[in-house]
Amino acid sequence: MTADLPQTSGRTPLLNAEGLTLRFGAIPALVDVAIDISAGEVLAIVGESGSGKTTLLRVLSGMMAPDAGTVRWLGDDLHAMGEAARRRLMRTDWGFVHQNPRDGLRLNVSAGGNVGERLMAVGARHYGRIREEAIAWLQRVEVDAARIDDLPRTFSGGMQQRLQIARTLVTRPRLVFMDEPTGGLDVSVQARLLDLIRGLSRELGLAVLIVTHDIAAARLLADRMLVMRRGEVVEHGLTDRVLDDPQHPYTQLLVSSVLAA
Amino acid sequence: MTGIDDPRASGTEGYNFAYLDEATKRMIRRAILKAVAIPGHQIPFGAREMPLPYGWGTGGIQVTAAILGPADVLKVIDQGADDTTNAISIRRFFTRVAGVATTESTAEASIIQTRHRIPEKALREDQVIVYQVPQPEPLSKLEPRRAETERLHALADYGLMHVRLYEDIARLGHIAKAYDYPVMVNGRYLMSPSPIPAFDNPKMDRMPALQLFGAGREKRIYAIPPYTPVRSLDFEDHPFRPIRAPHACALCGSTESYLDEVLTDDAGGRMFVCSDTDYCGERQVAVAQEAAE
Repeated sequence: MTADLPQTSGRTPLLNAEGLTLRFGAIPALVDVAIDISAGEVLAIVGESGSGKTTLLRVLSGMMAPDAGTVRWLGDDLHAMGEAARRRLMRTDWGFVHQNPRDGLRLNVSAGGNVGERLMAVGARHYGRIREEAIAWLQRVEVDAARIDDLPRTFSGGMQQRLQIARTLVTRPRLVFMDEPTGGLDVSVQARLLDLIRGLSRELGLAVLIVTHDIAAARLLADRMLVMRRGEVVEHGLTDRVLDDPQHPYTQLLVSSVLAA
Repeated sequence: MTGIDDPRASGTEGYNFAYLDEATKRMIRRAILKAVAIPGHQIPFGAREMPLPYGWGTGGIQVTAAILGPADVLKVIDQGADDTTNAISIRRFFTRVAGVATTESTAEASIIQTRHRIPEKALREDQVIVYQVPQPEPLSKLEPRRAETERLHALADYGLMHVRLYEDIARLGHIAKAYDYPVMVNGRYLMSPSPIPAFDNPKMDRMPALQLFGAGREKRIYAIPPYTPVRSLDFEDHPFRPIRAPHACALCGSTESYLDEVLTDDAGGRMFVCSDTDYCGERQVAVAQEAAE
């Protein structure tokens, strides 16, 4: 595993997209968006509500087809590879962490079953080992292993989110999509969760594509950053560069409106 | 195929042989052929109104009617027994509308229509077993959307079923499903075996007889061709176990057959007897003969 800081170029990207365009009726959701992400890299997509961040994530993860443009995973056109292949990606090489953990968890299945589901979906058939793996992951995301047989609905919001992360990472994906993973959590819980995501992504060499409107979270996590406004990418670059020396007026406004941390 | 002028069908003038009209039988046979071609895959068909309510075997009756010929010998069992209401009325129905011979003997039957059991006696290549199925979709309790379950089948995405089994072991220490225990057919399709006890699941594996499944209300037909591998889902460290009451049959003494628990009085009296009445009867005769000799 390469421990040094990821570079933005010089490596084949895991995922790259070009010319993505999508309209919802008269509203342009994406306008000629290009993006690439390499192994081990954390890329943040920031922008205000309605700027097309989540739509971009949905298009990149194959949940939604663009009107024009291509998304490539390791060079293969995502929207041409068929649903079966996309679903296989979704349960092996990819992970998706939803803003609301209730969208990403099975609430009527125990915490252990939730973590084990992806293992079983890719063919694990040994109960004891599935359970061991589930316990190891619960500990890793700081959920008490004694609660392995409890239903997620008895968990707090922060715990549910950590459970969702454990459930997603258990098959060791190479790329994780995160849609505002800290939204709706209180500030102290947010900080711990960000810390956890940062630790795990470094440790596992995960590439993370994170959508957030929280500039502080982006600064903490991201290597690179992409600023969106009205479906367009107005600025992108290394996080520190974008935040310390914003070029586009909108980015300047965005950065100046954040309280100094 | 015999027409309406068949003398054996007297008293049923105006009815076609085996009740259904020929066009309907043809439609059902097409569904059956398709089902045999894709083992374990559910094929939609246009289920007809039958002269008995849904849940009484309308799917099984339509499949039987579509494959029945005048030379066939029909056996109908309900929970293993030949002498229960459902079995008797379905047998009588086909005697009236098709004039076919019926039997209670598993060995003599060419078509066996069943509800909830597979006969104890091993079936042969020249026999067909027709199951009555209430709910053909094994994933129905886990995923209520029909469109979504069809997608899961298409992609062979069956992790969800294992999650269910995992939950059973986590909560109860063992897999709690005792009937309608899900099976993989030919290593490809997850299938509901209909509500037969898990005890009968191993009999489906590589069975020499053709197995047909009809669900009338849900309008689905599926099939297992002869000698097809059928595996009950399990975990490596929690293997599938057929469940059987740990007793001997009170009538024939069998320690291998599937048993029913029968209450005999209101003072806690009970007995365990074979659920397969034909099997039990034959064994009783054999035991009596041995004793006489």
